[in-house]
Amino acid sequence: MTEKFRIDDQTMALRVAKEFKDGDVVNLGIGVPTLASNFIPGDREVIFHAENGVLGYGNICTAGEGSYDLLNAGGQPVEPRPGMSILDHAESFCVIRGGWLDWTVLGGLQVSEKGDLANWMVPEKKIGTIGGAMDLAFGAKKVIVVMPHNTKNGGYKIVKECTYPITGFRCVDLVVTDIAVIEVTPEGMVLKEVAPTWTPEEVQQLTEPRLIIAPDLHEIELA
Amino acid sequence: MAINKIVASVEEAVADVHDGAVILVGGFGNIWNAPSYLLTAISKLPVKNLTVVSNSGGFGIEIWGGVFGVHEHDVEVLHRTKQCTKHIVSAPTNPLVVNTLETRYRAGEVEVEMCAQGTLAERVRAGRAGLGGILTPTGVGIPEIQRDKPVIEIDDRKYLVEKAIKGDFALIRAHKADRWGNLVYKGTSRTFNATMAGAARVTIAEVDEIVELGELDPEAIVTPGIYVNRVVLRQ
Repeated sequence: MTEKFRIDDQTMALRVAKEFKDGDVVNLGIGVPTLASNFIPGDREVIFHAENGVLGYGNICTAGEGSYDLLNAGGQPVEPRPGMSILDHAESFCVIRGGWLDWTVLGGLQVSEKGDLANWMVPEKKIGTIGGAMDLAFGAKKVIVVMPHNTKNGGYKIVKECTYPITGFRCVDLVVTDIAVIEVTPEGMVLKEVAPTWTPEEVQQLTEPRLIIAPDLHEIELA
Repeated sequence: MAINKIVASVEEAVADVHDGAVILVGGFGNIWNAPSYLLTAISKLPVKNLTVVSNSGGFGIEIWGGVFGVHEHDVEVLHRTKQCTKHIVSAPTNPLVVNTLETRYRAGEVEVEMCAQGTLAERVRAGRAGLGGILTPTGVGIPEIQRDKPVIEIDDRKYLVEKAIKGDFALIRAHKADRWGNLVYKGTSRTFNATMAGAARVTIAEVDEIVELGELDPEAIVTPGIYVNRVVLRQ
């Protein structure tokens, strides 16, 4: 197993945040995805949605600040922002299912070549948590999955077919990992960006399906 | 007779909870939006075989006390007492701790009905709205969710039939109430609290503050008082 440099959680979140344009409505799932709300330039108006019932919240508060009556999906206090609105849970999922989300960003256990997502249960555990992920996978216009490229043991997480219980079929559009950015297309998975020092061949070795190398393949874009 | 839904204590508020009751528990999973006083009061009652409906399976008082200094019970307490024998839930487990529900599930002590979060919210809303169920695309083709539910096709899209949920009791955490039972919430503490209020035969709200009738702005009231049977101060 290679012990090469891999980008950290904050940097993955920074890369994810680059996708969002002015006016986009974006749901962030628990874990690394929630970090993305901190990486929007001040002049860009992205409307963040948290499944627990808020639209248009601001940055994650620094430790010890903020209110426990204004939380993101991961339970972190977030800053209020002009234009923010509060929703009860049924309304919050009208936003999710009703097609109002331009993006959702979710964590993943496995993503298949066709864009199937598995992220709610490790089969051996016999019980897992669906939370909002299934509605998000079925409802959002575009799904970004952010996750380590491989399991702790070096196994594949980007696979030909998911072997874990499915959260959503053919729903994933973009995968951001600690070594690569991969787009899911009807022709297959396209390797668009690699982390510094990584070659496409090295990324392919750690990826089960065959990757199509983008003609403009480049180092991961952070600026 | 004037309408007065205010009761003197949480013990009085839950006194008629009975064996086999279906109990909706508001909140998202965080202690700050959990009806923790009502949960604690029920945990002291000699009632069993409860079906609990909630978003989270709970973390446990040790987590909230140890990490945040909030020494209150969440829904986990109904597993600690083994009163809950069936849980309809979207997030039974969590990455922080192997909770009591997870341990009991492995021991075969509790039945878990997995429900996607939006489906849970809408099934509860349907219960309040007098609907028999809902049609949702979420979970179509997912074996653990679809199970033997009917699938209906409308305009080329497939939907699962998911039954409405109506409880015997709904436990709600709100910010302010008046004697009619009108409720306002605070920020993201609205969550499943406002969704579940009215989706049970008896809705009980624990609140930070009780104000005079007329003080709550009608434009700001989220839960109309007719959905609420009892109001009790968190004390």
